[in-house]
Amino acid sequence: MAVTMVKKQAGLTGNSAVAYAMKQINPDVCAAYPITPSTQIMEDFSSYVADGKVDTELITAESEHSAMSACIGASAAGARVMTATSSQGLALMWEMLYIASGLRLPIVLANVNRALSAPINIHCDHSDSMGARDSGWIQIYSETVQEAYDNLFQAVRIAESEKVLLPVMVCLDGFITSHAIENISLLEDAEVSQFVGGYKAQHPMLDTDNPVTYGAMTLPDSYIIFKHQQSEAIGRAKDVVVEVGKEFGNRFGREYGLMEKYRLDDADVAIVILSSAAGTTKVAVDELRAKGKKVGLLRPRLFRPFPFKEIADALKSIKAVACLDRVDSFSGFGSPLFNEIRSTLYEFEKRPKVINKIFGLGGRDYKVKDAVGVFEELLKIAETGKVETLIKYITL
Amino acid sequence: MNMGKMKDLPIGGVITEGGTAHEYVTGGWRKLRPVLDKDKCTDCLICWVMCPDSAIIVEDGKMVGFDLEHCKGCGICAEECPDKVKAIKMEEETG
Amino acid sequence: MTAYIEIRWHGRAQQGVVTAAKVLGEACLRLGKYVQAFPEFGPERMGAPVRAFNRISSEPIRLHCQVTEPKYVLIADSTLIGTALSKGIESSGSVTEGATEDAVFIVNTPKSPDEMRSELGLKGKKAHVYTVDASKISLETIARLMPNTPLLGALAKATDVITLDALVENFKENYSKKFSPKVVEGNIAAMNRGFQEVKGE
Repeated sequence: MAVTMVKKQAGLTGNSAVAYAMKQINPDVCAAYPITPSTQIMEDFSSYVADGKVDTELITAESEHSAMSACIGASAAGARVMTATSSQGLALMWEMLYIASGLRLPIVLANVNRALSAPINIHCDHSDSMGARDSGWIQIYSETVQEAYDNLFQAVRIAESEKVLLPVMVCLDGFITSHAIENISLLEDAEVSQFVGGYKAQHPMLDTDNPVTYGAMTLPDSYIIFKHQQSEAIGRAKDVVVEVGKEFGNRFGREYGLMEKYRLDDADVAIVILSSAAGTTKVAVDELRAKGKKVGLLRPRLFRPFPFKEIADALKSIKAVACLDRVDSFSGFGSPLFNEIRSTLYEFEKRPKVINKIFGLGGRDYKVKDAVGVFEELLKIAETGKVETLIKYITL
Repeated sequence: MNMGKMKDLPIGGVITEGGTAHEYVTGGWRKLRPVLDKDKCTDCLICWVMCPDSAIIVEDGKMVGFDLEHCKGCGICAEECPDKVKAIKMEEETG
Repeated sequence: MTAYIEIRWHGRAQQGVVTAAKVLGEACLRLGKYVQAFPEFGPERMGAPVRAFNRISSEPIRLHCQVTEPKYVLIADSTLIGTALSKGIESSGSVTEGATEDAVFIVNTPKSPDEMRSELGLKGKKAHVYTVDASKISLETIARLMPNTPLLGALAKATDVITLDALVENFKENYSKKFSPKVVEGNIAAMNRGFQEVKGE
């Protein structure tokens, strides 16, 4: 995969950008079983391996379950490990996801978001990664090709931070981001290696002078202790995400935080939405602002750990908020963003009305007019204080 | 491992030193105790090969007895001792 | 408000419209533009109708939805005109669907723009229609039925979306490693001929 740059600008698909980031990170091990729409990541990366552009040991596994198992083994052995998957692939990794986080292995996984079957569908929604939201992985959602690329470097630093030592999932939207060519500003290889640095595992299994055991059984007297440690570690990850995002900004001019606020500070109503659909929503915000409507947007970048305090602070004085989920928590009380945000606002006596829209499942297009429709409903709620439907499908 | 300081346990349930199984005294699980008749023993060391708990003590190539702190009394040594020899017998633990 | 150009490509799988959108995006990027190039993926097999899209702007593009109101429509296979691409699915409209009133249509066909105007159902409408025999050009230049590159040349002539020079420069730079010199030369010849042979009204 030849990448041509003009004034450090290139045009790459999200997948090629992720593969290029992996090439620049040059992990020790990559074990994968390609699946649409993330396939091109491994396609590109395997040519980097074949061309000797990286030192990575590439393991082509026979399933995603095996791929994640190999990642876990390699990470426990002391390697820096990366992989990529989507949808059913992430679903098949399921039990291993918990083992990666439970063993505190800083694996970095690029998840190209895709709907779960059935009916079979290869297009974007967040049912894959949202299903894994309680697996103990840190989750970062990317709006653009540029951000997916930038997030990968930061993910390595966050995962390997001594305060954290947990796996990180970098999510980007299937097809919308993974297969779209967009402008991207690429880093130099040397800049990347300086930023990510080397990795020295604390307890590598391959250090035969200091033998260790991974995966020992724990009984009721100790299991909860390890889970408590894990819970505290993922909590600490929030500050590390901020630190690493700041350092990235200082070095390369693109700063990242826990969330992005777009024309939110003086807004009466706001949409909360993840990933690429936030871009489309921003266009709707601009359209309505031009007409004098005080609308804004909040795009959480970090979803796990959920930065509840910061998000609550950003939203508490808004009158009406719509959480737009690209996933349905079937028969739950609304979907993940709604759950988190409504519950985080509960502690305030004066709090926004919060509604939930489920949109864009299986790649259904989410247009500017869809966002405008939601904003109009919110403005009405802000005016009357009345919510007609709390949880509703849109883009049907 | 000192369970009194559980908060300081290494993360991820990793056991950070080797040979810790030695500290786990499994001899208490034993109902039958292996008893060696050294006169019959030919030091063929089949028992040493077969013991699942590495509880056969061998010195200078000779079978000298059992590590009763770790022997669980499974009887494999007695079973595997060749028919012509039968130098190990399992006897009820007397407590 | 960001001003951007929206382009839609129609073709059949294997005719290279996804690549055409990619090449156009790269060429515009070389001129310092912000670009998007993305395909619409369905159950593609050789011959299945395929669409690809471009957005081009002098400012960063934030939209991440489909292109539904294109200003420029490029049709790599004229048999797609007037056919219902499939029934009941939102994403499979006709080639004229949603196109702006003053849209520019560039069709791969030996027919005249006037004939295509009536086939497209655009008689008496403001839209502009151009034709180019891209299939014939591609057979003569690269010996394959690959109408995408002549169409890019035609786009450079018929509109100010991109210049022929930028297309050629980009192709030389980005594809010389991937393809043999013969293929690169053939594609550049195809662009040139598309540029020269496109017919307007």
